[in-house]
Amino acid sequence: MFETFSHILLQQYWWIIVSLLGAILVFLMFVQGGQTLIYTLGKTEDERTILVNLLGRKWEFTFTTLVTFGGAFFASFPLFYSTSFGGAYWVWMLILIAFVVQAVSYEYRQKPNNFLGKRTYETLLFINGLLGTVLIGTAVATFFTGSEFSVDKMNLTLLTGNKMPIISEWKGLANGLEAAFNLQNLSLGLAVFFLSRVLALLYFMNRVRNTEIMVRVQKHLLYNAIPFVVFFLTFVIWLMLSSGFAVDPATGIVSMESFKYFHNLIAMPVVAVLLLLGVAMVLVGIIRPLTCFVKCGTKGIWLSGIGTILTVFSLLLLAGFNNTAYYPSTFDLQSSLTIQNSSSSHYTLTVMSYVSLMVPFVIAYIFYAWRSIDNKKMDIEEIQSESHVY
Amino acid sequence: MEHIDFSLVDWSRAQFALTALYHWLFVPLTLGLSFIIAFMETLYYRTGNPEWKRITKFWMTLFGVNFAIGVATGIILEFEFGTNWSNYSWFVGDIFGAPLAIEGIMAFFLESTFIAVMFFGWNKVSKRFHLASTWLVAIGSNLSALWILVANAWMQYPTGMRFNPDTARNEMVNFWDVLFSPVAINKFLHTVFSAYILAAIFVVGVSAWFLLKNREQLFAKRSMKIAAIFGLAASFLTIVTGDGSARNMAKYQPMKFAAMENLYVGQQSAPLVAIGLLKEDSKETLHKKQDFRFEIEIPNMLSYMAFLDPNAYVPGIKDLVHGNPERNILSIKEKSEKGKIAIQSLAAYRNAKKANNDTLAKSSLASFEINYPYFGYGYYAGRDEHELIPNIPLTFYSFRIMVGLGFHFIALLLVVLILIRKNLLEKKRFILYTALWTIPLAYIASELGWIVAEVGRQPWVIQDILPTIAAVSQIQPASVQITFWLFFVLFTGLLIAEIKIMISQIKKGPAPESSEI
Repeated sequence: MFETFSHILLQQYWWIIVSLLGAILVFLMFVQGGQTLIYTLGKTEDERTILVNLLGRKWEFTFTTLVTFGGAFFASFPLFYSTSFGGAYWVWMLILIAFVVQAVSYEYRQKPNNFLGKRTYETLLFINGLLGTVLIGTAVATFFTGSEFSVDKMNLTLLTGNKMPIISEWKGLANGLEAAFNLQNLSLGLAVFFLSRVLALLYFMNRVRNTEIMVRVQKHLLYNAIPFVVFFLTFVIWLMLSSGFAVDPATGIVSMESFKYFHNLIAMPVVAVLLLLGVAMVLVGIIRPLTCFVKCGTKGIWLSGIGTILTVFSLLLLAGFNNTAYYPSTFDLQSSLTIQNSSSSHYTLTVMSYVSLMVPFVIAYIFYAWRSIDNKKMDIEEIQSESHVY
Repeated sequence: MEHIDFSLVDWSRAQFALTALYHWLFVPLTLGLSFIIAFMETLYYRTGNPEWKRITKFWMTLFGVNFAIGVATGIILEFEFGTNWSNYSWFVGDIFGAPLAIEGIMAFFLESTFIAVMFFGWNKVSKRFHLASTWLVAIGSNLSALWILVANAWMQYPTGMRFNPDTARNEMVNFWDVLFSPVAINKFLHTVFSAYILAAIFVVGVSAWFLLKNREQLFAKRSMKIAAIFGLAASFLTIVTGDGSARNMAKYQPMKFAAMENLYVGQQSAPLVAIGLLKEDSKETLHKKQDFRFEIEIPNMLSYMAFLDPNAYVPGIKDLVHGNPERNILSIKEKSEKGKIAIQSLAAYRNAKKANNDTLAKSSLASFEINYPYFGYGYYAGRDEHELIPNIPLTFYSFRIMVGLGFHFIALLLVVLILIRKNLLEKKRFILYTALWTIPLAYIASELGWIVAEVGRQPWVIQDILPTIAAVSQIQPASVQITFWLFFVLFTGLLIAEIKIMISQIKKGPAPESSEI
């Protein structure tokens, strides 16, 4: 089936898959957001144990989605993997370190003789929650604002001279950290951070059976929703007003175009509808529990979660579709990465497309397994009855 | 070749080696223990005996502690292909990325979904569903090993691809060639079977400690019995696949094979040095030549091991460096010249295409394609060819210690099984102590296997096609140094935590019987 698809169709299919994985990852980062709220919401040891255990049963999905997102990006757009990871070294390294410390913290936190102490593991969870969300948001913002790098495949043939035979060169001064000093990037980073906290609060509403925690959850939902909306709107308005990186489909030449992302939105009405629908769902998911908490508050995570997926998905489509360079270079416009010039071959994308048919099956068994063990709200009694506790 | 920053290359190699060695401290236990637990739970499911549930849950706790740190160190490896080996990521990403993505979709989700059921589903799902989840965790872990080992094997024996000069990279042309290459299948099987031995030794060793302390005798003996049977079966299969590894190496990576055997001059009917002590040859330091202080040889064995023919010719390091026309072996100098032509032809082809000079593009392409098999050697044109000899003592000793320890493991598992059958195990304290102290030896053997495989193939990232000097990312060596030390401190701290937690969980022992019914 996929063999008959054109290369550009496969490239677009894979951009959709990568975007979807990225969107699901942002939704699942409610785990990270929750990790920054453990001490805010949990005032006693039992309360903190409830929160940590609720998050602990989901952390691996976020982690696995991140790893799969990386693998899928590598397989489908290897030039991005090569250029961004090898160039924005420090951003990616800090993100990785933040996730390394998360992976052990749940399992080791409560275990006797755990070397670093419970509080250290909780601090590591906080670090993961803060750095993971802000830096991933900042890194994704560079899809719209650009980075300073050059790509020259002829470098591969350098056998003498003063340059190494390496095709991608990062020109940014701080190997990617410079992105965090761009306010537009930072606004998306902070939007993702507060969104992850909002989603975590909605998740807790859905899963916790503890009155004291729930009172604090409702209060902090408002405190986090406001900065999220402010930073998100700042980013989106800025995006709609700023110039973007347009690609001439005939020549592949990249040039600056005023209001490029706004034009993309107009040119792709389906994406516009998805974006608006996504934003609306996120907002309704937040507002409903704020206004009628007890009666209708517990389903907000699903509404806002799906809204998050739709919003991030449509933003990533804006970055890569409609003849747009999704990883632009502000140092050398012609080095910018597009879904055409950075993708894998037709054959590899075809093979990978067959593999992608497994995704619905994967989602189905995840859903089934989750339902089987998450069938009621959690309180301290339930945790105490478990043999495996985080 | 002053344009190569060797400090950057060496620190990047060191960082990858550090991450891989740490990651491999945890992976084999996950691979093997997951199956041992699945066998134990199957017995619980079939017999309904709560003792089997206790046993399963105890080993499951240790599995969880180990699994977490394996996941932590694993994520770094995946992303280091991009962060530290960016040229590599483009040059072969079209082939290498696919197994990584498939690993995520096919294996990681299976593992992470059902591990939650395995740990938290005891009282929430049916016994049958729980058992299925435990088996799916084992299958998921081992599927993950399959895909990453396919990727690794492809680097040792690149196949199923062609170089596309227009995109300046290798592209996959046959997925099945990549997946089912003889090196990939053998590598996967050899690696997972050896991991099963490590897990078996771990279970036997920990159980021996309980017997030494006169605690939980039934638990310990049952655990040991399952582990010993599992470990012995795995040992047999490890020997068979190890034999296959040697033949693959002799065929596809002759320099690695010669270095591992310290075979300086090629010979017919080559003997295998079973035990040997090396000393550097003072006259041939450039060749990194090592003499033997003493050696015990098995006649004709090396030829047989390499080519299943006791009289076969096995090329030595000298032949591979300086060439041997009689055996049709090109020297490194000749290969470097051909590689250089390939690289220059690629440049000429791309320039000609840009200038719309079809005639020149065609002739450059023809020249490129003839010489492409030596592409990577081109980066060594004009350099000292001895840079292409891997570290001989490290590979030579690593291989021998690994094999020697392997025989020790087989003997131990066999003795343990016999003593359990005769009901004499508790009385043989020497055997119990040996079992306990064999645990670290299993880890050493496992790491040494990777040292042979990875140090032995240096300097190639992709055999003959891409050396480390052309695979790295263009970053400041100081940045890599900092991350190296950051990872060193981080991984070491986490390893200490893991060991301390493991020890205290073991001392705590399985949960009291009353709580398991």
